[in-house]
Amino acid sequence: MNQDEYKPTVKLTPEQEAARNKRNGAIAFGLVAFVVLIFLTTVVQMTSNWNAGAAG
Amino acid sequence: MTTTPSISLDQGGAAHAAPPEAIDTAAASAPAVGSGVGDYIALMKPRVMALVVFTGLAGLVAAPVAMNPLSAAIAILCIAVGAGAAGAFNMAYDADIDAVMKRTRRRPVPTGRVPRPEAYTFAGVMSLASVLLMGMATNYVAAGLLAFSIAFYCVIYTMWLKRLTPQNIVIGGAAGAFPPVIGWAAATGSVSVDAVILFAIIFLWTPPHSWALALYKSGDYAAAGVPMMPVARGAKSTRIQILVYTGLYLAATAGPLVTGLGGWMYAIAAGLGGALFALLALRVHASRAGDMPGAEDALYAVRAGDKSARDLFAYSIAHLALLFAALLAEHGAGVHWPLPGGAG
Repeated sequence: MNQDEYKPTVKLTPEQEAARNKRNGAIAFGLVAFVVLIFLTTVVQMTSNWNAGAAG
Repeated sequence: MTTTPSISLDQGGAAHAAPPEAIDTAAASAPAVGSGVGDYIALMKPRVMALVVFTGLAGLVAAPVAMNPLSAAIAILCIAVGAGAAGAFNMAYDADIDAVMKRTRRRPVPTGRVPRPEAYTFAGVMSLASVLLMGMATNYVAAGLLAFSIAFYCVIYTMWLKRLTPQNIVIGGAAGAFPPVIGWAAATGSVSVDAVILFAIIFLWTPPHSWALALYKSGDYAAAGVPMMPVARGAKSTRIQILVYTGLYLAATAGPLVTGLGGWMYAIAAGLGGALFALLALRVHASRAGDMPGAEDALYAVRAGDKSARDLFAYSIAHLALLFAALLAEHGAGVHWPLPGGAG
């Protein structure tokens, strides 16, 4: 479908649009936070395993 | 040809095969789809989450193995998010009940601020994320226990027991008793006798706590058709059972003193705090709390005859928090002085 032809089927009030934007922002923040936590967890586990290997 | 799916608002945005007509939500009588971030937070039952985090942290700190601080923080976050996800599922599933009860009718799903399917999706994603992260950050025992506790609360309690039997919160209370065990398992990778004792304390605390509330909110539960003990068996039977479970709960609180997990500080919290708990439970037993069912508007709004039940409900939260705060202080701040004769 061409982007120019897209017509939204739901008309939201300005308040609802604002609320949707806030929700989208929260979801985006949650996703970024999740990725950061996965990264930090990986670093901690790798460091822990590396230290255990060095000690052994 | 260009086709655009129409959107069913009350189905949370799920597309279906209806003709593509635009829907003006301002004109429609359907509930508003616009829910703010605060509604997602409310969906996770933040007050319940606070107690869950607190007891989970106490289990983690009281465990005899020190954790990496970052892993410990992530473990607590996972317990919080997992509990919140279970709460969101509960709110989505029980929206019909919540809409009837005065205490819960302003929640995000019954008011329509968050559509039901959206709440289910939110709960599912949060559950998966919390269990996955717990497994990565700590170990699979803790992740497995977290997954089991979420499933137990959602399926066993919410979908099955809550509407079926007056024993709903007795068995369902197990879900709320898991956090300290999960915290303990996150630190040690196993479940010891001490962890089971912490589980037993919360498990046996739940009936007097929940039934005290149910005594002065029984009208609310009756209107919603939830067979809470005062509705199904009557107020007198509930008052007796509150007393019995209070005895069992107080016996369980002595467990950490026997194993040495709790020191002097815990002993004072369990002894003096427990004595007050017993006193309040006796007052409820001697009262006529719940004899005149009726629903009040606010959580703490209560008739004079039900005041003893309200007092027990409020104090029960304080007492459980006090016990776990004592464990947290003893093991977290290094002020654990074992009692003479204790196993520790």
